[in-house]
Formats: sequence, structure tokens, C-alpha cells
Amino acid sequence: MDAIVTGTLTEPKSTDCCSESKPIVQTVPRKNIMWVYIIVGFFGLVSIATYAMHEYYLYLSAYLWFGFIYGMCLQYGRFCFASAFRDLFAVGVPRMVVGIMIATVLFSITSSLVAATGWSTFHAAPWSVHAVIAGIIFGVGMVFAGGCASGSLYKAGEGNGVSMLVILSISVTQAAFVDVGGWANKLVPKSWAEAALTKGLPSSINVSDGWVDQYLAGYVWEQPVITFAKLLGLDDHSLVGALYANTFVGVFLPAVLLLIIVYIFWSRKRYVMDLKTNEGRSAGLADHVRGFWSMIISSKRTAIAGLFLGIACGLQMFVIEGLRMKFGVKNAGTILQRIGFDYGISAKGTVFDPGYWYVTTQEAQWVGWVAQKLGFNNMDNIYFGWVNGIPSPAINPADWMSVALIGGAAVMALMNNEFKWKKPTKELAIWALIGGALMGIGSRLALGCNVGAFFVRTANGDVSGWSFGLGMIGGAFIGVKFFNWYTERKMAKEMANIDFDL
Amino acid sequence: MAMQFKQVEHGLYTLDVTGYVCPHPQLYTKKVMEKLHSGDKLELVFDNPSSAESISAMCTNEGNPVLDQKRDGAKFIFTIQKA
Repeated sequence: MDAIVTGTLTEPKSTDCCSESKPIVQTVPRKNIMWVYIIVGFFGLVSIATYAMHEYYLYLSAYLWFGFIYGMCLQYGRFCFASAFRDLFAVGVPRMVVGIMIATVLFSITSSLVAATGWSTFHAAPWSVHAVIAGIIFGVGMVFAGGCASGSLYKAGEGNGVSMLVILSISVTQAAFVDVGGWANKLVPKSWAEAALTKGLPSSINVSDGWVDQYLAGYVWEQPVITFAKLLGLDDHSLVGALYANTFVGVFLPAVLLLIIVYIFWSRKRYVMDLKTNEGRSAGLADHVRGFWSMIISSKRTAIAGLFLGIACGLQMFVIEGLRMKFGVKNAGTILQRIGFDYGISAKGTVFDPGYWYVTTQEAQWVGWVAQKLGFNNMDNIYFGWVNGIPSPAINPADWMSVALIGGAAVMALMNNEFKWKKPTKELAIWALIGGALMGIGSRLALGCNVGAFFVRTANGDVSGWSFGLGMIGGAFIGVKFFNWYTERKMAKEMANIDFDL
Repeated sequence: MAMQFKQVEHGLYTLDVTGYVCPHPQLYTKKVMEKLHSGDKLELVFDNPSSAESISAMCTNEGNPVLDQKRDGAKFIFTIQKA
């Protein structure tokens, strides 16, 4: 049985409005340590055994170990994009907004340096209002589900059954949504349908049958691709374009502005109140600068996780592009074919291979693969048949990354004695399925989730990243408003027989 | 398990949100703290690790001290006092 260890907290310091609680000292059971060795040993063995089969497997192992690092960082920092604005709006806690901004700025610096060397794997996305709308749908979904796409992966690594249901819901919804045709074709504007036909897609892709097909080829592909470097007339792959335009103007300045807004509306009041109570004076500019800084460093765990995530994300781009050069390939589809796997490769010979951290497409792919094994023809749509393919999850690089992410999170949770198998209740299962479905639809409309459509794009100076982010903030606000009402009702029932004055 | 809120004695309450994921534990805690009188104490039981960080930060921001934190396996037990 686990030992109970008690730790008493110190009260908040006088002017330190956001001081962090002392960590609770924990003894880690031996069983947990054994599982840590088993998980790490399994991934190590997979890497070694596959490398012994062929050198090309290094490519998949690179994805695997970056996924593992992401999982450890996310669990350590409780790093969840859903909690960023949800906790801010719901309970006034800014720690995750701070952590995400730190991670985005650091990722931007590393990815800009990589871009300037010409080794970046990043491609900006088409920009229009669709990114904002998709962000709103995704934002509502992540609040309902209790976690974003990446947050649900790391929480699954903690043994959380609700998060596993969220992943299932995101996966199934995406795979179904990208293949919906028939009646849904009637909802496609005529201009999209006509424009889609002019894209010269091969006959194996039935672009006239499928809402998402016509949305992509008839609308999204028509939209401009804009980065901050382009807006300032600079090249994305020059040092000035990448570091000055995409990082400083496109990420650092908006991030600082956002954090100042968060300080003014959510942190300042407490800081000023503490100052008045303890020192009997009002706050000057210097005090506000100190208050702003105390908000930044208020959660060391989240900040440290953000720091390592930011660096690892940039490094992954560098490593994957390096491996592509080493093997003389532009996409993992070529590697899979060279090692003898040609099932599920797209019509242009590719599979989903972002070259950086990504979450949702590989989730759609494994369901797409299962559906095809069950007899559905889903290779006639653009998403699977033309762009991403549906390779077996066993040799899909992006799936290796996600599975290892769950493993990395499990290792960190086990080491902190935070792993626990949790069966979802009926109530939470319903929220997980609804929230997961909304995130699945939002992801496909935006061509990515909180990681692919927000974190990676924003860090690389893509204007559509901030557009999706703004939508996500709006969606989180709507979701919180709804949950506030829902919680209030449930709490009122629970408190009905309690007299607080007695 | 469904959420449970009980009065143990005058000025002492328990809220058990074991099994709940974000944002439920922090939202229920906030709603309860709003109802309590100054000096009242709440023993909060939950098992969602990420809520621990958010609840601690929320209490600090609102000036409600977290008097004690315990761990029982994967469960977190916080004692919070209304300022």
C-alpha cells in the first residue's frame, strides 16, 4: 500500500501574489519504478531491433524519441492548451497561458534558427476566416473534453480513461468527417465544387463526392499563405526574415502583449492588494514590472516544461530534415516503400510526415486504416488518398510519436506517483465524446489542432496560427460560460440541504 | 463516482471530486469557496493531477490559504481556509 506523506504549505508571501506551493514529498512505490524500466526498455528495444533490420528505421525512431520527450514535458508541466484560457476564464489562473507563451517563443527562436539554415520542415497554411471558425469549434470542444488534443494524449499516459475516450472520439470523428459525401455534397457552395474540379487531381480521387474534399480543393487551397516575414517583404528562410519578422514581430511582441493583458485583467488586482496590505502603499510602475515578472515565474513546473518543449520542437525539425537529406528522401512514404511497405501510401507516393510535432492526423489515420480493413473505401478522398495515406499504425512515423508521447507521460506520472487507471463515469464519458467530436471537426477544418494549427504555425510566423488561436480563446470562453452554468446547477442541488449559517 | 459535498461540522466541509477531470475539480472548488464564510475550512479530495496546480494557484490568487496538502496514493487531499 502507498504511504501517506504529509506536507504543510507556507502561506503566500506578502507581495508574492502567485507564490508556488511547496511540492508534496512522495515515496514512489517499487512497482512504479519497474514499469518505468519496462516502458523505456520497450521503446529502446523497438529502436534497436528495427535499426538492426534496416537503417531507415532511424527515421521512425527519431519521431518516437521526440514523442517520448514531449510526453515527459507535458506531464511534468501539466501542459495543456485547454487549461490555458479555460483556467483563466473559469478560475482566474494564468499559469498555463504563461507556460504556452514561453514554449512558443522558445520554439520560435529554435525553429527560426533552423529555418535560416534551410533545414526547416515547416510549411505555412492557407489563411482566411476559416482558421478562426475552426478554432472556435475546437476551443469549445477542448473545454468540454477536459483537455486539448496533446493534453488528452499525456493524460491517457496518466491512466485517465476519459482522455482515452477523447482520443477515440477525435480519431473516429476525423476519419468519418473527411469521408462524408452523399447528402453533405448538397451543403457545398457551387463555387467550391467548380473550383475543386479545376485542381487536376487524379481520377482515383473523387473530388466531387465529399464535403471536406470540396472545402479543401475548392476553398482552402484558394486562400493566400501569409507569414510575418512575407508581410514585411522578407524571406522566411533568411536570418532577418526568420528571427526578426517571424520570431520577434510575429511571436515575441504578440506574446508579451497578450501576457500584459493577462496581468492587467487577472493578476494585477491581487498583487496590488497584497502590496497595500503588507506595505501600506499603492503600486508604481516598478512594482507592476515586478508583479508581471512574478506572474511569469509563478509556476516553475510549467515554465520549465515550456522551455524544454520549445527547444525539443525546434530540434525535431532539424533532426528530421537531416535524416531526409541523409536518406535522400522528401517524405516517409519513400522510406516505407524502400523497406517493403506499400500499403496505404497516397496516390502521390506520400504518407503523413510533418517533420515536427503533430497530433491529430495520425489519429485519423489509424481509424482510416481500420475502416479500410473492414471494407470501406476511404482512399478516394483528398485527405487520405491524395495527401496523408493510411499506412499501418505499426509503421506510421507519426503514430510512433504519439504512442511514445503517451509512454513518456506514463513514465513521468509513474515517477511522481501520479499514475492511476481511472474509469470514466457516464457523465464524463458523454462530455469526452462530445468534446472529442468537436475537436475532430475543428482540427480538420483548420488542418491541425492546438499543436499543428496553433503552436507550430504561430512559432513559425504563420499568421493563420494566431487566427486559430484567437478562435480557440473564443471557443474556450463559450465553453467556460456553459460549464459555469452547468456546475452552478449541480452545486445548487448538492447544497440544497446545507445551511451555511449553522 | 459522483461529486459529493457535505458539512462535517460547523465551519468544516468536505468536497469529493474523485474521478473528475479538468475543469470540474477547480470549478466545483471555486463554487464552494464562494459559498463559505470567512474562517470556514474545506477538505477537498480529488485525483486529477493537473487540477492540483490550478487549485493551488486559484487559492493563492483569491487569498484563501491552502493549510495542508496530503497524498494518499494518486489522491490529493487539500485543506483550504476561506479568508
